Amino acid sequence: MIYLDNSATTKPFPEVIESYTAVAANYFGNPSSIHRLGMEAEKLLMQARAQIAAILEVKPSEIYFTSGGTEGNNMALKGASSFYKTRGKHIITTRIEHDSIKRVMEQLEQDGFTITYLPVDEQGFVAVDDIKKHIQNDTILVSIMHVNNETGAIQEIAAIGELLKQYPKILFHVDGVQAVGKTPFSFKDHHIDLYTMSAHKFHGLKGNGILYAKEGLLLSPLLAGGGQERNMRSGTENVAGAVSTAKALRMQMENYKMHFSKMQELNKFIRKQLESMDRTIVHSPVQSVPHIINFSAEGIKAEVLIHALEEKGIFISTTSACSSKTNTVSKTLLAMGVPEHIAESSFRISLAYENNKKELEEAMTVLKETIHWLRGVMNK
Amino acid sequence: MKYDRILIRYGELSTKGKNRKKFVDKLRNSIADALSSFSGIKIDGQRDRMYVVLNGNEADAVVHSLKNIFGIQSFSPAIKVERDLEVLKDAALELVTSIYKDGNTFKVSARRSDKTFSLDTNELNHFFGSHILKNIPGIKVDVKNPDITLQVEVRSEAVYLSSENFAGAGGLPTGASGKAVLMLSGGLDSPVAGYLSMKRGLELEGVHFFSPPFTSERAKQKVVDIGNVLASMNGRFVLHIVPFTEIQQLIHKQIPENYTMTATRRLMLRITDEIRRRQEALAIITGESVGQVASQTLESMYAINAVTSTPIIRPLVTSDKGDIVDIAKQIGTYDISIRPYEDCCTVFVPASPKTKPKKEKVEFYESFVDFEPMIKEAVDKVETIVLTGKQENNSLMDSLF
Repeated sequence: MIYLDNSATTKPFPEVIESYTAVAANYFGNPSSIHRLGMEAEKLLMQARAQIAAILEVKPSEIYFTSGGTEGNNMALKGASSFYKTRGKHIITTRIEHDSIKRVMEQLEQDGFTITYLPVDEQGFVAVDDIKKHIQNDTILVSIMHVNNETGAIQEIAAIGELLKQYPKILFHVDGVQAVGKTPFSFKDHHIDLYTMSAHKFHGLKGNGILYAKEGLLLSPLLAGGGQERNMRSGTENVAGAVSTAKALRMQMENYKMHFSKMQELNKFIRKQLESMDRTIVHSPVQSVPHIINFSAEGIKAEVLIHALEEKGIFISTTSACSSKTNTVSKTLLAMGVPEHIAESSFRISLAYENNKKELEEAMTVLKETIHWLRGVMNK
Repeated sequence: MKYDRILIRYGELSTKGKNRKKFVDKLRNSIADALSSFSGIKIDGQRDRMYVVLNGNEADAVVHSLKNIFGIQSFSPAIKVERDLEVLKDAALELVTSIYKDGNTFKVSARRSDKTFSLDTNELNHFFGSHILKNIPGIKVDVKNPDITLQVEVRSEAVYLSSENFAGAGGLPTGASGKAVLMLSGGLDSPVAGYLSMKRGLELEGVHFFSPPFTSERAKQKVVDIGNVLASMNGRFVLHIVPFTEIQQLIHKQIPENYTMTATRRLMLRITDEIRRRQEALAIITGESVGQVASQTLESMYAINAVTSTPIIRPLVTSDKGDIVDIAKQIGTYDISIRPYEDCCTVFVPASPKTKPKKEKVEFYESFVDFEPMIKEAVDKVETIVLTGKQENNSLMDSLF
């Protein structure tokens, strides 16, 4: 099997699963219990928080455990807009956000917020000037994804942060689900107030996420209850999930340091292969994470190619996994101005640090043959 | 260009006359402790400065570890270059090029401690400045507010090039002022008092009173965590946990309720003093601040302090709570201290403790019991933990992360 759909989800590190199992079996106490079992669980939770904070160079009190990217995005957007709505009801975002941003924005519109959806250029980038142009007196929040899940494009988070620094009343949320361990970033230097992460995108387990919220920032909680996570996210803490997430993050960051240049090499190789192919267009801009390569094979029915490759043990995806099933055309590519008939035949190869050159050579050979064969069958 | 050493400047201790050698040795020890996880590091301590030779270690990581060490005024990653103008000029250019970003301005700041060198300070500035201007297109000089300051320091053995200055933690090297014990409750004040004392060169050992089941394991863990924060500042912190349950129960039984707090404090101080004596320390540090709580009125302090003539140092005695909180946040003990567990001061607290206790009265109440053997027993049974500043010494748990 050659798994090249790592932006949909990654395979958990075996060590992460081991940690999860060990904690779930041996430290099952409720961190809120005052006896020793509770204390041990609480200690693990604190250590997990401290380790994550240290890796991200922030304070432990700025780390909130969530159930994943969707919750993190909901918690950040709904929590901040509800808490700060007296300041204003205008929010700026982009047309290429993940559904867990887009649908929340639609809900907020129902609640009386005005949302500005910024376009992107043909490379998929938001213009910093464009953000500036749309800032109003009542703007309270700007939400921009860090790395696009479909194309891998890295938005200019640093420059946007620099701009928003001049507007202390506007919060800056970044959906970083696809960025963790794939591109350098600093919450502090980039003036980020809120940052969403999801463990299963970096070889952690599903159902675990992290929301960074800058010290002093208040959110209206989505979940009310026992007041866990400093009242921001009630519900008995998932200690095993938190510990395994801390481990996954550490390992991902180590891989990033050790294998990033290899990843760039693999990216170059794939691009070169794709560019040598007939009627194949690479959509991912140069300023992308090397893990994601989005391309169209003109005239190929997307689903058919996915299944044809699958028969040969190669797993890639069409656009983003969440929307793949509903068979909608990639909104990111459409926003970039890619014609619909080309966007319909778009694919995403997404890598992990464990992928190697040999696998990719094989995958690319199979991809070429399969496309060639399909074009013959489909007469295109 | 890769930095090969870090230059450390002393501050106050260079004025300490004959004691200087001792101070430099203490500082060298603190630095060696803090950098023990790096392999191949060499520390070269001289009269007026110290060099940490990196031997291939990353400067950034070492810089991070040096920031909290007391006795360092400032430090700079540097490159040692031979005293040859041709070699120097290339090295300086390479250094500036490596940090230059489009549009940056620079200046050269040369110093000569060796006056026999062929160029004087002005000539050095000019020599390096013109070479950089010629070779980095677009770079401009700005002497007032440069983005890059190339520091050139000519000494008799070599020339040192650097471009960044980091502020050190200041103060005096750990242990340079002797040893004291710190009464550590887990609250906000005592860790701050400890920090300020350590900064002043005191080596500290902590004393904590533990009264299970009236206080929880978590309250003790709080103190261990605080001890670890203090340990991370100089590599080590010894913590003495005193079993206090029996004494506390006896006080409760023997002493009239409104005097239990005063008697408890007096006994804590006597036990601490005995630990101090055994550990050969010369002072007791507390986090007391005048008027903050019932036990910290002048009357209380007078009645409590009467049990010993050992100097009691109260670094926070006139500090406002807000200022203490600021320091606690800055040193990283705040979040630990505010964890909501009972410590041994809060469980036995009487409903209305005497705010103006009389020394004679408390002495009278205590006179019906001989506490001395109990004090000895408590001190004999002290649990002593050596903390190293690492999160957890439990390898079983560490493997989970």
